[in-house]
Amino acid sequence: MYAQMVKSEATKDDPEMLAAFQARIDAGEKIEPKDWMPEGYRKTLIRQIGQHAHSEIVGQLPEGNWITRAPTLERKANLLAKVQDEAGHGLYLYCAAETLGVSRDELTEMLLDGRMKYSSIFNYPTLTWADMGAVGWLVDGAAIMNQVPLQRTSFGPYARAMVRICKEESFHQRQGFHIMMAMVKGSADQKRMAQDALNRFWFPALMMFGPSDKDSVHSAQSMAWKIKMNTNDELRQKFVDETVPQAEYLGLTVPDDTLIWNEERGHYDFAEPDWSEFFDVISGNGPCNTERLNARQKAWGDGAWVRDAMIAHADKKAAPRKAAE
Amino acid sequence: MSREWPLWEVFIRGQHGMSHRHVGSLHAADAEHAVKNARDVYTRRNEGISIWVVEATQITASSPTEKGPMYDPARDKVYRHPTFYPIPDDVGKM
Repeated sequence: MYAQMVKSEATKDDPEMLAAFQARIDAGEKIEPKDWMPEGYRKTLIRQIGQHAHSEIVGQLPEGNWITRAPTLERKANLLAKVQDEAGHGLYLYCAAETLGVSRDELTEMLLDGRMKYSSIFNYPTLTWADMGAVGWLVDGAAIMNQVPLQRTSFGPYARAMVRICKEESFHQRQGFHIMMAMVKGSADQKRMAQDALNRFWFPALMMFGPSDKDSVHSAQSMAWKIKMNTNDELRQKFVDETVPQAEYLGLTVPDDTLIWNEERGHYDFAEPDWSEFFDVISGNGPCNTERLNARQKAWGDGAWVRDAMIAHADKKAAPRKAAE
Repeated sequence: MSREWPLWEVFIRGQHGMSHRHVGSLHAADAEHAVKNARDVYTRRNEGISIWVVEATQITASSPTEKGPMYDPARDKVYRHPTFYPIPDDVGKM
């Protein structure tokens, strides 16, 4: 997902406090920043929300790539609005993480020096305009699968950020599908581009949910704390079940020969993605990892003088006011 | 690392006649900058007609550990609600 393979941190807190905390969560209460919380809960959430935020920010890059080359002014305005939303979503999430005692700049530094990750999906290139369709349809579609249940997560600021994000995000998936609909109704070349985009993004989209975690202790802890609401496999299955009929509607072929409706299970059977590729990508060896991080580092470095100048200006304006007090 | 922009809490009036409501926070160098950022971050879809920003350090909050002494005393004062006083139906609407 946008937050993949987040390990829950070990907790060494007083057992009585822990039990009382768990009871609050089990009762459906929201945990607020100033409430007592286990150190492991705090640290796991910082890592998870931080990674989620970084994914929104880095996720602007593959789409930003096409803003200046969108085929019409309308498509350009749509894409611009979507990319702007992603900046906003990153900011909501950074703010939620900050309530846990980490600063925005610290989070940014951790992304830039590789201590924190972002979703594997954004390390794939966007080669044609059809990729804007596939990204909106599949990548945002997969993100929504995860984000909708997270609206009920136990940490108040995270849940509230998710509510805002979900409200805004459904337009993202629809605009992607809309692009795909236009492409498949276009020329033979355009249809081929749409199929090619699906071919390249199908398995990376399935990887977004992370490897199977049904036996993972980390996952079990995060689910008990309600900071993870479903297993990776559940969400992946839900995504496949919803997406395959949409591909059929488009007249496109999902690039999986083994894909078949299983009447007994009431679900599609499908092929697992190549997990060695996934581990390779998250460890930094995907097609665009270097390019993405370089772009973020450059933006941060180039913007430093602006941030400093704004603070210097604010200080200067505040000085006479302070002296007058 | 340069000094970080301070954190601001953002309050938005959604429509005429409603009160301002907390919607989130953001970083900005000063108040004017915070209002501009709040406009971009929190009102992209006509969510507001008025914005307040307050530097987060200026907010004093009650502590969750004082929840008991702060709010429990109100619990047993049901006579502060109109339903505590039964009025016969014959009297009509009151």
